[in-house]
Amino acid sequence: MINPIPPAFVFIIGALVISFLKGNLRRGVMLLLPVLAFIDLIQLPAGDSWVFSFLGQDLVLARIDRLSLIFGYIFILIGLITTIYALHVEETLQNMAGLLYTGSALGVVFAGDLFTFFIFWELLTVFCVQLIWARRTKKAMGAGFRYLLFHVVGGLILLAGIVLRVHHTGSLDFSLIGLNGGPGSLLIFTGMGINCAWPFLHTWLSDSYPEATITGTIFLSAFTTKTAVYALARAFPGAEPLIWLGALMAGFPIFFAVIENDLRRVLAYSLINQVGFMVCGIGIGTQLAINGAVAHAFNDILFKGLLFMTMGAVMYRTGKINATDIGGLYRTMPLTCIFCIVGAASISAFPLFSGFVSKSMVMDAAGSEHLRLIWFILLFASAGVFHHAGIKIPYFAFFSHDSGLRPKEAPLHMLIAMGLTAFLCIFNGSFPHFLYSLLPYQPVGYEPYTFPHVLSQTQILFFSALAFALLLLSGIYPAEIRCVNLDADWFYRKGGRLFYRLLDVCFNNLNRVCDQWLAKGLTGAINRFCRHAPARISVWLLTPFSRLGASGGEDNPRRFDKSVQDAFDNGVIPIGLSAAVSGLFLMLLFLFNN
Amino acid sequence: MTSKTTEEKTYLFDKPKNVKRVFIFFYSALVVLLIAEFFVHKHPHFPWEEWWGFYAVYGFVACVLLVLAAKYILRPLVKRPEDYYD
Repeated sequence: MINPIPPAFVFIIGALVISFLKGNLRRGVMLLLPVLAFIDLIQLPAGDSWVFSFLGQDLVLARIDRLSLIFGYIFILIGLITTIYALHVEETLQNMAGLLYTGSALGVVFAGDLFTFFIFWELLTVFCVQLIWARRTKKAMGAGFRYLLFHVVGGLILLAGIVLRVHHTGSLDFSLIGLNGGPGSLLIFTGMGINCAWPFLHTWLSDSYPEATITGTIFLSAFTTKTAVYALARAFPGAEPLIWLGALMAGFPIFFAVIENDLRRVLAYSLINQVGFMVCGIGIGTQLAINGAVAHAFNDILFKGLLFMTMGAVMYRTGKINATDIGGLYRTMPLTCIFCIVGAASISAFPLFSGFVSKSMVMDAAGSEHLRLIWFILLFASAGVFHHAGIKIPYFAFFSHDSGLRPKEAPLHMLIAMGLTAFLCIFNGSFPHFLYSLLPYQPVGYEPYTFPHVLSQTQILFFSALAFALLLLSGIYPAEIRCVNLDADWFYRKGGRLFYRLLDVCFNNLNRVCDQWLAKGLTGAINRFCRHAPARISVWLLTPFSRLGASGGEDNPRRFDKSVQDAFDNGVIPIGLSAAVSGLFLMLLFLFNN
Repeated sequence: MTSKTTEEKTYLFDKPKNVKRVFIFFYSALVVLLIAEFFVHKHPHFPWEEWWGFYAVYGFVACVLLVLAAKYILRPLVKRPEDYYD
């Protein structure tokens, strides 16, 4: 038996190996990798292993505890599911980027020191961008660049925080940091927050996820935000600002989701909304709340992945994703439709579906702490998420108006991936104790299936559905319109252009002025000066001779001046004249010096 | 559930009868949910959770407000032509 290695390296080495393989062999290896990684992970001993000494610090590549383990499990699981879903993709770059991205996420989760953490954190961005660019559209290129810029800035903030912290504490250890550690910890907090899509820092997500490739988006929806949730849960549990940030994240995106036409962008907004519940749970910081946040991250990876997969299947078959272009697809894609409804029921937290058993933990924790306003916002977000993700997605894609499209059912491998995920959503929802047994704090001691809870949750969902139905029938529900909806990214997308124009006006005008006055004007003047100065000076110096030693008429001095100037212009200065001028010049110098 | 006609298939919800069935099921579920609340013994965190129909009303009102705010406030503010950023 070989020693188990950090699971990240199973994927990283695997990605290098598959670049040499083709066809079915490559597919086989890609499917085998998550299985190997899982076997490898359960062999790793609890605590720190793979510890290296580096510049007097310990680098820990595998820190296994309950918090990192559950994230490791779900990342490997979604890695397997996404690989199945993406079996039709032959492009080496996409295959490798997917595996490396999964590996980086695992690297972050099992990092025991801030240096390793930072390296894998940055790799996440690098490989994620590949999955966006792989779509090869103009929009994807732009979105990818904006994604990269955003995360590079976030990475720098994080790095600055780490440097300050190491300077302050002398330790690279990645564990509880808390907000009281000075500017270093605040910078780390902000750096993590950018990956977590905090309000106003969220635009990279709603901007880029809908532009990535069909299969790439499934990877994206699983890793970047959830590693950030993990990092916050490890370093900043109970940090109070997170409660409000989380509640805001849960609240504001649903308004955007209601009026958005691109269904994958609707899902991107609902992703922010779900991450809001997790962030809020981490901020509350009680054992129940942290357990709830982690359980919800686990479930969200599955149901959000499932929803993105069903929309991906629709896109794969029809080439369209705007609600205005599709509709009525249940006729020929019934299985995809059913899987979508399972995903929708899970995200809306219907009883027996996965969201029900995890979202309610965060709600309950907020209630237990008597956070009244937070509780109301989260309840509003629960109703809202059902409205936009639970009803809107399946309704506009598979029902609504008949678009006339009759695409084939999704390909078999996609159906298997979606079916497996749908099964897990129902399994986690119906038998929550298996998921609960994996949570960081044991015993969990939370029972989701009480009669009042089931009833109140069903009521809120059914009456939200009633609101949807009545608004739709009365024609008040906002019609789907082809449009762009501005978000906070306006500030840098348009602001960037304004900045560009401002610089254009300032610097190009400065350049023009410099050209006019310095390049043309001043050099011209110097040029003229240099050309005419010797002649003028000579004429001036020779004035006594030309005037005093005048022989002949009045015109003579002027003629003499002219002949000197001509001599200089034509470069035919008689040596005697030059010598005389030089001699006079020297004499003048001599006189003035004394 | 689907039957073949001469030219094109008709599907489940192409028949108004089936759509009507869904709505009848839906409306009766709403009534059942409200009635069931009389038989529940609650242990709430907040007093208002004990009010009859609190969750039903909150869910309904929240969604109506959500849609109205999104349609009449947010959309006029943020809607731009599709090629706005090009």
